[in-house]
Amino acid sequence: MSGLAIRLDCPGDRGFRLGLDCTLPGAGVTAICGPSGSGKTTLLECIAGLRDPGPGALVRLGDTTWHGAGDPTPPWRRDIGYVFSDARLFPHLSVRGNLDYARKRRAPNAGADTADVVAWLELDELLERRPETLSAGQRQRVAIGRALLRAPRLLLLDEPLANLDAGASTRCLRCLQRLTGELALPMIYVSHAIEEVTQLADHLLLLEAGRAVAQGPLLELCSRLDNRLSREEGAAAILHATVASHDAHYGLTALDVEGHTLWVTGLDATPGSGRRVRIPARDVSLCRRAPDDSSILNILPVTIDAIEYTGAARATLRLALGGQFLLARITRRSVEKLQLQPGDNVYTQIKSAALLMEATDPP
Amino acid sequence: MSLSSAELDAIYLTAALATVTTAILLLVGTPLAWWLSRRRGNGPALVEALVALPLILPPTVLGFYLLLMFAPDTAFGRAWEALTGSRLAFSFSALVIGSVIYSLPFVVQPLQSAFGRVPESLLQTAATLGAGPADQFRSVVLPLTARSFVTAASLGFAHTVGEFGVVLMIGGNIPGETQVLSIALFDYVESLRFAEAHRLAAGLVAFSLLVLFLLYRGEGRRALRLQPADEQP
Repeated sequence: MSGLAIRLDCPGDRGFRLGLDCTLPGAGVTAICGPSGSGKTTLLECIAGLRDPGPGALVRLGDTTWHGAGDPTPPWRRDIGYVFSDARLFPHLSVRGNLDYARKRRAPNAGADTADVVAWLELDELLERRPETLSAGQRQRVAIGRALLRAPRLLLLDEPLANLDAGASTRCLRCLQRLTGELALPMIYVSHAIEEVTQLADHLLLLEAGRAVAQGPLLELCSRLDNRLSREEGAAAILHATVASHDAHYGLTALDVEGHTLWVTGLDATPGSGRRVRIPARDVSLCRRAPDDSSILNILPVTIDAIEYTGAARATLRLALGGQFLLARITRRSVEKLQLQPGDNVYTQIKSAALLMEATDPP
Repeated sequence: MSLSSAELDAIYLTAALATVTTAILLLVGTPLAWWLSRRRGNGPALVEALVALPLILPPTVLGFYLLLMFAPDTAFGRAWEALTGSRLAFSFSALVIGSVIYSLPFVVQPLQSAFGRVPESLLQTAATLGAGPADQFRSVVLPLTARSFVTAASLGFAHTVGEFGVVLMIGGNIPGETQVLSIALFDYVESLRFAEAHRLAAGLVAFSLLVLFLLYRGEGRRALRLQPADEQP
């Protein structure tokens, strides 16, 4: 199945034009990231048919053209689930009523069972409640369930965690993670926070002032030096790892990354499972020789792939570890003192690495 | 104290007039109020002004123009006679037409303001869940504004019961055909039959008070169940 083809050139809400010509994958989770006002929501509204992008625009999933040939398909005839950042539950219906609203309007014999959706999103306790008695996180999970019960071919999520506290956000994310495992449903996930989408997304589209500035597989984009992600204060590489073993005595888990061992704290990962690891660039340092007296556990041999100077004082380095890449943020002075050049084999000390949720990446 | 047959006729006629008028008003007023609540611009503003006109115009002005229009020698009067086979002037139908125009703002305005409070975002949400425009209206707008339909219907009904000037101008005073309560009351006063006048007047006061009391009590008890979407409980 081919992907979601989008060609737009229409005015956005804040004075910019949304100009886009791209094809997003027709499977997996595609994250659309960008600062507020970069056109993320406008893009979703054009896909869903809530906003008219005007003549000449194209919105097509596989062989279904929603906008482009003839009259645009109205939103109620597009098989698209839309989760709004403010949930938008119907205030006159219970949770069950909200779920049934979508189920009653879908094609017969299509889509997931209510019972499954309720289980995936942990809604069983909430079914008879009224929306106004729910917490923000509960409301958002109901909204996701409702969108799924519409039996969509594409699920759009517009900053679903924006109004949630950390706990509710984690729970919501865990449910979404579960959905990506249970359903072969392409999702487009809009967020201004890259940290949020690194948990879920397979593919990433970076938007700035209505333009696509980068697009590609998430793991690849996060470790490249030619886009804004590597210049951000919180720049971090995402690596794919396999859980190797537990060290219960020290409360550590050993991960295998490209044949090397990476230690992380905690024991909650299942050995043998594939996980993503997030390594912030500022927690990675370099040395010419392997130190044998460091407090840092993770010291790995890497090859310098590229160096980019960001500002007068700092440099960001891309480091190859087998087929994957790390980012290191060090001072320009250190680069010169150690005479670091692309191609050099050096050792990297990793001060912290965070295990992300169950990955959906192929091993 | 028992009511005379003429008085019973007037009560029955008044109730029939108010019922028919209210039914027509809901049918006409609902789409009109919906249109007004979703449109901005000069056209809708002019329509809104026309709808509100009976609120400030002396009823006799309205009655005067309607009377001219209903005359059998006008295009409207002739068309009516050709279609229905009966004359419009001084008939029950004339009263219904006059009442519909006269009470229109009392039905349209509460509905319009209730429709205006239904957030566009909920209608968009319904659309993304597969509901077309008619379905959105039935499944989202109607349940959220049900209370205002009761208000609009009650106000339309009560206001039609209380109308006088328009009815006097276009209905004449034909017992059993166009003599409604307010006209019958006027008759009594003119012929100095104050005891009977008191009976009808007090009855109308009691009826109007009861309607308004029930309305306000209901409003207080169950306000429109709408909340800002980002409100945290």
